[in-house]
Amino acid sequence: MTPASPCPAELRVGTDLVSVSDVDDAIERFGDRYLRRVYTQRELDSCRMHDGWATWRLAARFAAKEATVKVLRPVDGIAYHSIEVVNDADGAPRIELSGGALARALDVGLHQLSLSVSHDGGIAVAMCAAMIGTHQ
Amino acid sequence: MADRISVIRGILGEHGKLRIEPDDLDVTTNLYGAGLTSHASVNVMLALEDEFDVEFPERLLKRSTFESIANLSDALESLLADA
Repeated sequence: MTPASPCPAELRVGTDLVSVSDVDDAIERFGDRYLRRVYTQRELDSCRMHDGWATWRLAARFAAKEATVKVLRPVDGIAYHSIEVVNDADGAPRIELSGGALARALDVGLHQLSLSVSHDGGIAVAMCAAMIGTHQ
Repeated sequence: MADRISVIRGILGEHGKLRIEPDDLDVTTNLYGAGLTSHASVNVMLALEDEFDVEFPERLLKRSTFESIANLSDALESLLADA
């Protein structure tokens, strides 16, 4: 039997942008249901301000989740919490996968997942890049 | 079924931020093509959950669920049947 050839590594990039005002509106309309459904406790803790929420940071995190989904190209549904944005000690954002997102990442042979986020003018943007498949 | 479609249209009108009036959409029209964004789909989901007293499980948290009024109706039908 001839062993299957390994899939060559492929670079995938995902991008998403979110209007900060959309996050403001969602919090106003749905409050805690929106916040706890979409964001993990660590994400909420990193976006809390003394007088409310740093909604530009929440918007960036949402964009990061969506950008990651575009890289994963899932067949099944993925819970928002299974893609989590955390900060390294130097403040750089990175993605931690769990549950269905992690399972999908393993299925497609994802490695070297990188994230960059930014915000300006009421818009948050995130770009996620990853190598998919095996190196030859 | 017709009532459910009507409610979905209403929720899309209030939360979907579509470029086209939901009443003018065919039930199979691609909602993303009509302006639905990933973030707006969250609001639509939460509003549908409130209206129908259901919760979208992880298996339905995928792009295709929110792709059309028909798909949303089918998703809700499955959730209501499980309830």
